[in-house]
Amino acid sequence: MEKHFTRMGDGSPLYLDRKEICSELAEGVSDAVRRGKIPPLSTEEVDYLFEIITSPVNVTSVARGSETVTSSDSGAFKISYQANISMDRATAIQVHEKVLGADSLDLGNIDYSYKAVKAILHDEAKVMENVQLNTVMPVLYGAMPNLGLYTRPDGPVENWSELLPRGKIAEARAAQEEAVELAVKDMSYIAGGMYEAGADGMNFDTCGASGDADVLAALKAIEAIKQKYPGLGIEMGMSGEFILGMHGRLEYMGTRLAGLYPHQQVTVAEKAGVSIFGPVVNTNSNKSFPWNLARAVTFIRACTEAARIPVHVNVGMGVGATPMTPVPPADAVSRASKALIEIGKADGL
Amino acid sequence: MGSGDPFGNEAVQEVAVGMGGIRTAGDLVLRMQLSRGMKINEAKAYVAEKLGVSVRALSDCTVMREIRQDLDLGYPMPEAGAAKGIEAKIRIADLLGIRINSVERFKSKTALQ
Repeated sequence: MEKHFTRMGDGSPLYLDRKEICSELAEGVSDAVRRGKIPPLSTEEVDYLFEIITSPVNVTSVARGSETVTSSDSGAFKISYQANISMDRATAIQVHEKVLGADSLDLGNIDYSYKAVKAILHDEAKVMENVQLNTVMPVLYGAMPNLGLYTRPDGPVENWSELLPRGKIAEARAAQEEAVELAVKDMSYIAGGMYEAGADGMNFDTCGASGDADVLAALKAIEAIKQKYPGLGIEMGMSGEFILGMHGRLEYMGTRLAGLYPHQQVTVAEKAGVSIFGPVVNTNSNKSFPWNLARAVTFIRACTEAARIPVHVNVGMGVGATPMTPVPPADAVSRASKALIEIGKADGL
Repeated sequence: MGSGDPFGNEAVQEVAVGMGGIRTAGDLVLRMQLSRGMKINEAKAYVAEKLGVSVRALSDCTVMREIRQDLDLGYPMPEAGAAKGIEAKIRIADLLGIRINSVERFKSKTALQ
């Protein structure tokens, strides 16, 4: 039987025959259905996924007219800090706009955490002011709630990662609740500064990296910011497909946050006032690209069907079926992007 | 989008599935998503109606370049005299009928408002 080129979740090349790919697709769909308690893809959609994966071309694309838009979560430092090119962020944003065809970008500090920005907001605001004078596309300010930074020894709050292993559950929960209030205050303060600097919006990225309290902090900050600045756009990107219950009992507007999957996360995001939601589906580097893609598309389709706001899927290294490598292969990235838009019905990436 | 080198992510995604930002009408469509929470088809239809073109034309760089030149909305590889940065955004706010924060700030700082 003919072997088709594909990849593993870490990007390494892999050759599978039709039967093996179909088996991987079925298992990927099943895994998403089982975990998320969501509907499976139809037979026709799985057949189309097979077509996309086995296409003999290198870079594949969506049908003409189905193109979509992109937002970002790298703080405009992919070119400067990450690619290690001597270029400031304001210039990098212009490169993204005029050379790479980006539809929007976020400006962010290298630490990419709101707490770290608090002390340097006055300087970050000046960069945003210059960027807004020189760009045409929307430019947001982005960072992570990163609740862990509020814990000792670096922060003011007891460290729940140390308390939990010692069985101090109540103390760990109280520490997280205290950190939420501090983070909400910081994020609201920074949003105010960026609004004054002319930002088109705020990007709350990697929400949930510290668990359910991290998500709650973002939601409460977004709610407060939208009340004060109704015209400011808000993008909320997640850290993972599943909200970890580091606290376990936290709720937002009556919904328990721990355990929510993308199709449930988007509903609480809407309630807080989010303009664009960025779901994550984690890539399993020990599984094949077909398995990861089928699983990601199943999760995202359920999310976009539940959403009333636009959904920009995270499709970068290690998420959205993209292989876990700093240099994601064009064949896999283009296939993942096409499938997430055409079958997953994403409104953007 | 997400992490990964700009060639593997930005370049590939824009070529494969992206509208292309100011090369076409991608930035305008994204503005409607961000300011009004419009899903992709609604945002495209809104922008197409404002520009008086088909939805498909929004992603065509040759069609959109002419339109952006005529309306002075900002575009890559600009000629001398073309509207740039905030100059173009003032026109975009007016065209789309939306409030752009930096435009309001500019008007305030220049005493135009």
